[in-house]
Amino acid sequence: MNARAEILARISGALRDVPASERPEDVEVSRGYRQTEEGPLVARFVERLVDYRTAVERVSPGGLVAAITDACRGRGACRLAVPGDLAGHWRPAGVQLVPELELEVQALDTIDGALTGCALAVAETGTIVLDGGARQGSRLLTLVPDFHLCVVEERQIVGSIPEAMTAIAATLRSTGRPVTLVSGPSATSDIELSRVEGVHGPRTLVVLVTSDAGFSRLAHARSPLDPS
Amino acid sequence: MKPSFPAAARVALQDAQLRTNLAAATTTIRRKRAAVIEERPDWEELREAGRAIKARVLRHLDHYLVQFERAVQSAGGTVHWARDAPEAGAIVAAIVDATGAREIVKVKSLTTDEIRLNRTLSAAGIATVETDLAELICQLAGDEPSHILVPAIHKNRFEIRDLFRVELGLPGLSEEPSELTAAARAYLRRKFLEARVAVSGANFAVAETGTLCVVESEGNGRFCTTLPQTLITVLGIEKLVPAPEDLAVFLQLLPRSSTGERMNPYTSLWTGVTPGDGPQDFHVVLLDNGRTRVLADEVGRPTLACIRCSACLNVCPVYSRTGGHAYGSVYPGPIGAILTPQLVGTHAAGSLPFASTLCGACADVCPVKIDIPRVLVHLRARVVREQPGAERFPMRLAAWVLGSPRRLAFAQRAARISRGRVPGLGAWTRTRDLPPMPERSFREWWE
Amino acid sequence: MRVALFVTCLNDTFFPATGIAVVRVLERLGHTVDFPTGQTCCGQMHFNAGYQPEAVGLARAFVSVFADAETVVTPSASCAAMVREHFSYLADQSGDGQLASDVAALVPRMFELTELLDRLGVEDLGASYPHRVTYHPTCHALRLLRVGPIPERLLRAVSGLELVELGGAEECCGFGGTFAVKNADTSNAILDDKLAAIARTGAEVVTALDNSCLMHIGGALSRRGASARPLHLAEILAS
Repeated sequence: MNARAEILARISGALRDVPASERPEDVEVSRGYRQTEEGPLVARFVERLVDYRTAVERVSPGGLVAAITDACRGRGACRLAVPGDLAGHWRPAGVQLVPELELEVQALDTIDGALTGCALAVAETGTIVLDGGARQGSRLLTLVPDFHLCVVEERQIVGSIPEAMTAIAATLRSTGRPVTLVSGPSATSDIELSRVEGVHGPRTLVVLVTSDAGFSRLAHARSPLDPS
Repeated sequence: MKPSFPAAARVALQDAQLRTNLAAATTTIRRKRAAVIEERPDWEELREAGRAIKARVLRHLDHYLVQFERAVQSAGGTVHWARDAPEAGAIVAAIVDATGAREIVKVKSLTTDEIRLNRTLSAAGIATVETDLAELICQLAGDEPSHILVPAIHKNRFEIRDLFRVELGLPGLSEEPSELTAAARAYLRRKFLEARVAVSGANFAVAETGTLCVVESEGNGRFCTTLPQTLITVLGIEKLVPAPEDLAVFLQLLPRSSTGERMNPYTSLWTGVTPGDGPQDFHVVLLDNGRTRVLADEVGRPTLACIRCSACLNVCPVYSRTGGHAYGSVYPGPIGAILTPQLVGTHAAGSLPFASTLCGACADVCPVKIDIPRVLVHLRARVVREQPGAERFPMRLAAWVLGSPRRLAFAQRAARISRGRVPGLGAWTRTRDLPPMPERSFREWWE
Repeated sequence: MRVALFVTCLNDTFFPATGIAVVRVLERLGHTVDFPTGQTCCGQMHFNAGYQPEAVGLARAFVSVFADAETVVTPSASCAAMVREHFSYLADQSGDGQLASDVAALVPRMFELTELLDRLGVEDLGASYPHRVTYHPTCHALRLLRVGPIPERLLRAVSGLELVELGGAEECCGFGGTFAVKNADTSNAILDDKLAAIARTGAEVVTALDNSCLMHIGGALSRRGASARPLHLAEILAS
């Protein structure tokens, strides 16, 4: 008997107490937990990011490009990697936006930072969700560079994790693409429980929240929370 | 043969540095956990949903495993099944071997520790690089991890500095945690960029979509699951959840229970292979290694619901003083005391179910409501049946005496005459006085 | 009301004063106390130590002795928890249907002392105990019976009593039955912290709902010549 057959046989034997007629859905799961989050979502999202010591700013649609420029200048960043569909969308002064596909991994390691949008964001936990869809690029883009500048449109912010998972579930079912949930910069408390921020992922995360980043005017591949 | 818990605990309790570190660690995490849980008025509902979802999965584990396998395969991944640790290790070694890689990077995974993967790979001429900071520290020091969540809690910054100075070739390194962390980052980044093969575990796996989920803080998980060409995930068969929506429950339960955060920095979800993004060669190794034995025991079965948060460790009066090494097992603390004897057999870990005062603090904090004290007592009964010891005769005698009011009254009079001296209580009287024998028992007073 | 007293094997043998205190308290309130002399032990020690067949035997005897009692009270949170939380499990595991139904009939009638007083709506027993006291919530009272603030409410109503809060109160004292002997080193390490917390309160008396834990705490207090001494809560209420 091969391993698969043997393990399945062991399981079947182990579950002798489960009636043959019982289906998985017959096992009751009561979901009395909160499904949605109430209250001013944008304010809550910003508040949570501040808690994580992530630099976050609310900007007007007209002030977005200037805010990008400022964030880069503050770090001395003049070259940012971007997803292909953001390459020509903004022209921040003094900053060159390089489509990620033109970059090898080693180049991503030394570039000044990355600039992306996101799939959605979660107010309750200050989470940004990246699913490789419109304006996000590949996973490497938001992982390797030391600085990640992320633009979030207010309408992309949902209240709770259950709401976010509903959207993520749709992405998983329809595209099977990898999804990353980012809540603040990386951290460790492994050395004497003393918290150190920034281990392997981007050590600096800057989030710009705006009511309109012009995303709806871009041609793109769809993800569930895209404004249509 | 590993030392029994009482013997190992005696040694551990004498380590003042360890006790101080543990007290600080467990107190801090307890406080943080309490704060983020207080924020959630629906915490009990979340726990109940977590318990129920796991109960559903376990009761239909074969159905969900087959569904998971099909989904992973449709997404371009390969699924392997391993009955035990040696089989799992051999499968991983063979996959690595086929790529020609002689070194792999690894994300912390208790499951891979359980199957002693590093040792197996090393014997096959394959070096493993641990990429979690604490695991890296333990690996470089040749130590075993001592806590599920903060495995290097037994090391202070000076010890780590000295270790890095030598092993990472950085003679001028200071003991500042930020500098130590930066040194590890630089060292590991080179490893990440060169790695062709990575091994990970997973916190959860979604049966319906074949999606794996890794929850982490440092970012090494993201690197290991994204950069290399080949990714191998070792997955205990109990880690499944039915549908992606179910992750919403566990992604709320886990960070709050383990690190006391609303959400951990990075959670990665991936399904099979995605052309143009990440590993193009993906393998899942489904591991039994005793889990089906736990599954077969109705009282013990809920043990498999564990999501490895370590909340039980942090509230345990025993663990928080003895630390993890005293348990002699990959899984320490309250969950270890019930999981390990069930996985390896009570004959090999018979002292663990007794390493508890049954105070119940663990059951109160377990995010999936495992009734740990109940399983502890259940396993104690098994040990007593399988390994009757010197204690059996006095216990049976006591039961006989207590079985009749006349015999009890007689024994009370006898104890009074012998002035309460009972053999075998040396361990008590070393540090505690015995209560004085009263002149009359209650029932004598009542007459 | 007629109340049957389950004094517990420990109290019967080592702490009769606690049993006597329960009788005094209930009689003071105008109730009649019965003491079914056929009683012995609830089987907790054997159950916790893994001797389930022996525990089942003791459980059977227990339900039989108290079969006709309308209300059963005990000055032991751990014994009340044994009956209410574990007897039915024992019955299921042993496949004894008769025991299971006897247990189901008994459980709603079984109370720990302060639970019963709370149900009777009693707060002030007219007790007087002018001492500085700290209260240790034993694990069974805290987590299985969940008596919550009841014992402290009763203590605050005692005339002259100064109640001082115990730091880290919810931490176990390290007794754990046979654990205290089989894992004596760890038991003592846990106890050390409990003693330190008691010392910090400056209390003359540490009280609780279980003499088992008090015996463990008190045994160390006297060995160290500490000024604090243990006293079961029932005895304070009876003063």
